[in-house]
Amino acid sequence: MRMQSISLWIVKHVFKLILLLLAVSLLSFALISYSPIDPVQAYVGADMTRVSPEQRANIAEYWGLNESKTEQFLAWGKSFLRGEWGTSLIYRTPVADVIAERFQSSLALMGVSWLLAGVIGFWLGIVAGMRQGTWLDKMIQAYCFMLASTPAFWLGLLLLTLFSVWLGWFPVGLSTPAGMNAENVTLVERLRHLFLPALTLSIVGVANVALHTRQKLVEILDSEFIRFAKAKGEHGLRLLWRHGLRNVSLPAVSLHFASFGEIFGGAVLAEQVFSYPGLGQAVVQAGLGGDVPLLLGIVLLSTLFVFIGNMLADLLYKVIDPRMRKGENG
Amino acid sequence: MSHLKRNIVTEDGERFSAGDVPLFKVEGLSLSFRRFQKRMRENDVCVIRNMDLTINAGEIVAIVGASGSGKSLLANAVLGLLPKNAVLGGSIYFQGEVLTPERLHQLRGKEMILIPQSVQALDPLMPSARQVQAVIRSEDKQAVQRDIFAKVGLPQEAGDLYPFELSGGMSRRVLASIAMASQAKLVIADEPTPGLDEKALQEVLEHIKLLAKQGRGMMFITHDISAALQIADQIAVFYAGETIELANVQDFEGRGGKLRHPYTRALWRSLPQNDFVPLAGSQPVAGEYPSGCAFHPRCPLATELCQQQIPELRQVSGGWVRCFYA
Repeated sequence: MRMQSISLWIVKHVFKLILLLLAVSLLSFALISYSPIDPVQAYVGADMTRVSPEQRANIAEYWGLNESKTEQFLAWGKSFLRGEWGTSLIYRTPVADVIAERFQSSLALMGVSWLLAGVIGFWLGIVAGMRQGTWLDKMIQAYCFMLASTPAFWLGLLLLTLFSVWLGWFPVGLSTPAGMNAENVTLVERLRHLFLPALTLSIVGVANVALHTRQKLVEILDSEFIRFAKAKGEHGLRLLWRHGLRNVSLPAVSLHFASFGEIFGGAVLAEQVFSYPGLGQAVVQAGLGGDVPLLLGIVLLSTLFVFIGNMLADLLYKVIDPRMRKGENG
Repeated sequence: MSHLKRNIVTEDGERFSAGDVPLFKVEGLSLSFRRFQKRMRENDVCVIRNMDLTINAGEIVAIVGASGSGKSLLANAVLGLLPKNAVLGGSIYFQGEVLTPERLHQLRGKEMILIPQSVQALDPLMPSARQVQAVIRSEDKQAVQRDIFAKVGLPQEAGDLYPFELSGGMSRRVLASIAMASQAKLVIADEPTPGLDEKALQEVLEHIKLLAKQGRGMMFITHDISAALQIADQIAVFYAGETIELANVQDFEGRGGKLRHPYTRALWRSLPQNDFVPLAGSQPVAGEYPSGCAFHPRCPLATELCQQQIPELRQVSGGWVRCFYA
């Protein structure tokens, strides 16, 4: 019975994922194919005057731009399923290689800031909730409201001005020092380059988790079962540990894992500001340069990424809350 | 059961004697809530005014009153679970010593425990056995908990279940188990029988009797006077934040001739098995208590004196009453 329900769950989610990927690729393809950017022109770039109309027609023919949109999509789909994701027009290398390289730097950036935002946000929320109504609570709340209304790119610019331009503590951009061979770059250098973009992303992510955690804790501290736990003689940290944390962590967990999409969106902006060569920067360039294969590849990968985040939130919810776990089978 | 009562309370009146130290005693307790209004003006809303009560070991004292009489706040006041804007007056004694906030902090859960009103009081994310074991101080918590589960008729498997998997009846048994598992000498049952059917009600009453049999003092807060009469040794009638009568169970008989306060008599006569005549009017809400005796606007015996002065609690034929004309 248990095995059966698990396999049913997996089948259901895989089916959902396939449908989602199909819909997203269709939509992105439709949007790109109607965009005003001419892929040939984007490809040739400044050399436009030196390329004859015949040569341009040849390129278009070679890329299959004359075929119907449906055929183009089907052709892309078939090769994508075979594992051939095409060649990036801007980088002139296979899409899979570009994504693999970019995803690594992005993953470091997003992972670090995601973890920081979660941990700091959760504890800020707990502190504010435990000290509800005090100046500490009000400070934390004010800070969170301010952050929640701060755009990531603006905060990035501020940090950049302060720490890189005025103080000179951190590099102005990129993920490694310019003009250095990749194999010579030390871990410290990489971390120094990672610091500001990660800080920007995590600071913005803190607000959501902190405010929701605080709200939930206040609600729980006011609940019947906490009153009863107090009547049973439990108090302070022990009370929080035994009865608070599990209950309080629910919104933080679901919010934070479901925020993979926001983190990704934030990364696009932060990478742009800090010229950090991650996936976010690549997707902007692919969009502006009409690089369809790369754009589609990144879009599908990020879809998968966000989907996994939501699925993890779902799973963890079941692990923490027995009502979700057992309620489904019963 | 009745022979046990006699062991502890031999004769009427003796339990009020000054000689022995009662387990729990409340004297002139008052409770109000401070509200800040416009222009920072303070305004205290009085909820409990003159509360007097004594509970001895092994005794069940029922606190009976209609909703809004302030009786449910009493449990919070005794356990120190009031919000910060509460102002508490009067004195509470536990085993003869004043119950200070510090002492209360130590005694809560050890010497005093609550049976809450709602099954919502169980932590939704913790299996029931662990919630019971939390109050057990001895070495083998599991053995004690299993023993108590057997006593209240809970299957041992119920210990692994979460509150949402338990039926209402089973949850109530878990709540009773927590009180039984603790070493508390005073148990405060805060409206433990809301809207229960007859069978479930009897079960809760049995739990309370069992706890008293173990020698614990029981404060049974309820609005159900018939339930109170079934098990209590003494009834404290609560009206508009005041104890208006402390009566023995035996006083509730016939047409209520032995009862001292007109409100208690009216309450008794309003029961279906008695005359079934309701009392006109309604209890004043907190903050709008009338001057003088709180009951005078509805009282058939009221005179000018009742409008001007709050009567003191005085001893009348083995009980206590707050009325000039008892």
